[in-house]
Amino acid sequence: MEDWLLSPNQYSSLMVGARATLQLLAQAFVLGVVLSLIVGVGRLSERRWVRGVSFAFVELARGISSIILLFILVIAIPILLGDIFPWVRGQPVIVMASIALGINMGGYGAEIIRGSILSIPKGQTEATIALNLNPTQRLRYVVLPQAMRIILPPMGNLTIEILKGTALVSVAGGFDLMRATGNLESSMLAGGVIGVTVLYVNVLVIYFVMAQVINSLFRFGERALDKRFQQREGRAALPIATTHAAGS
Amino acid sequence: MADTTRTEPTAEEPDADGAPGDVVSFELAQHHKWYRRPDIVIPVVLVFLGLTLLAVADTPSARFRSEFTPPGDVSFSWSYFFHLVPQMLQGLFVTARATVLGFLIAASFGLVLALLRRSESRWVSYPAVAFIEFVRSTPILVQMFFAQVLVRATPAVSLNALVILFIVVGIHYATYASEAYRAGINSVPKGQWEAATALNLDPLTKWTRIIIPQAVPNVLPTLGNYLVAAFKDVPIGDAVLSTGGVLFMASTIRNVDFRPVEPYLLIGVGFLLVSLPAAWLVRRLEERIAYERD
Repeated sequence: MEDWLLSPNQYSSLMVGARATLQLLAQAFVLGVVLSLIVGVGRLSERRWVRGVSFAFVELARGISSIILLFILVIAIPILLGDIFPWVRGQPVIVMASIALGINMGGYGAEIIRGSILSIPKGQTEATIALNLNPTQRLRYVVLPQAMRIILPPMGNLTIEILKGTALVSVAGGFDLMRATGNLESSMLAGGVIGVTVLYVNVLVIYFVMAQVINSLFRFGERALDKRFQQREGRAALPIATTHAAGS
Repeated sequence: MADTTRTEPTAEEPDADGAPGDVVSFELAQHHKWYRRPDIVIPVVLVFLGLTLLAVADTPSARFRSEFTPPGDVSFSWSYFFHLVPQMLQGLFVTARATVLGFLIAASFGLVLALLRRSESRWVSYPAVAFIEFVRSTPILVQMFFAQVLVRATPAVSLNALVILFIVVGIHYATYASEAYRAGINSVPKGQWEAATALNLDPLTKWTRIIIPQAVPNVLPTLGNYLVAAFKDVPIGDAVLSTGGVLFMASTIRNVDFRPVEPYLLIGVGFLLVSLPAAWLVRRLEERIAYERD
């Protein structure tokens, strides 16, 4: 058993890396969710150009390899667009990397959101029109709350895919768990290669644990949502029953 | 449509003697099985042949160099961009080939994993589930590093970087493929299993004649999606194992010419030119085959 563990010092430097990975994931997740909402709704827009732009975004974000997208954003874009948008020039790798991962997540997330909106019965939309809600209100109060139950499970899987994608950042020169591992590896190489295998086993386990935590967070969210829906259905049953009784 | 009405009634001739029977057999004739429909089978076979050709072709050398001096301080030059196209194609070829070979491992090992997972003995199915879960939720990049140091640490084994890439991509996507197989097998209605048992079919006949033909319409498009996904993950091998794919090409050129913009944008475009039509083909297959599920 001892052979499979690292020293406390090594674990603490891995934890620094893990924290950087989680921060990167959080940034990419926020951008990804925002993009998927905008683009997912945009794909169902009534305006043709909005639909076209959203479709192009989804195809590009899903068609390109995430590592190539990462390299384009970290290396090519600051040089290419540095004159037009000076902002992109001085950005640290982590910022550009989380934008790349966010774009990647947005492409897949948009399709999840589009599918979930399409799965809401048409009567719900018709009811909002009858109630004279504007499109924003329709989305905010009627469609999305119901779509959440369909969105959450695939969104959890997607978040784990993005967590796996954060490891790529180390290759492009950003700091994360994988970069911390690489630093440890180069300092360990003097001691022989067998220790390095153990190091990577430990890193794999750390990633696995992070993925399981994300998975259970999403499961927890799903259960909370289901409970809320059941309560609401229970409450709704009462007034309908009383009006029915009053009518007869 | 016309030939279905002509061929099917002859097959049904012996028991279709009345008018109502004819109507029934005519309605059944509309539904050809997926493996009897040329519009599905011919493209699938063609794609398979193309992938096989790709897999057995010679590997070009992974040496990239450019004999072009790009203009000094311009941030983007179209002539340099197009000058790099042949080398990009060479890298793309290596990437595509590694994808096909890796996915061959994935498709076969995935079936083994799916069958292990279905095993009735817990001693077999639990480890299979644990393995699938573990491999699926850890990054393929870390798995590549791990495979690399593992090969280095065992002196008895010496593997080429490309072979390590095939194996890692193969095992990683085998866990995904096993889920596709599992979903496909589970989608075959329970009545079909019971009917096979009631007819006392032996396991071989049951699997080859009843279960697999009905499971394929669900499995094939999913496997196609994972093939495209694997194609997107293979460039990671260029960064970790220095296999000569597109990303390796771009970083080599960048180190030689100190011009990073064109090679990276070019591989992005080249990549889209392969993955978008591939994804579109898979979607077409999905639509064509979809009605089988009803």
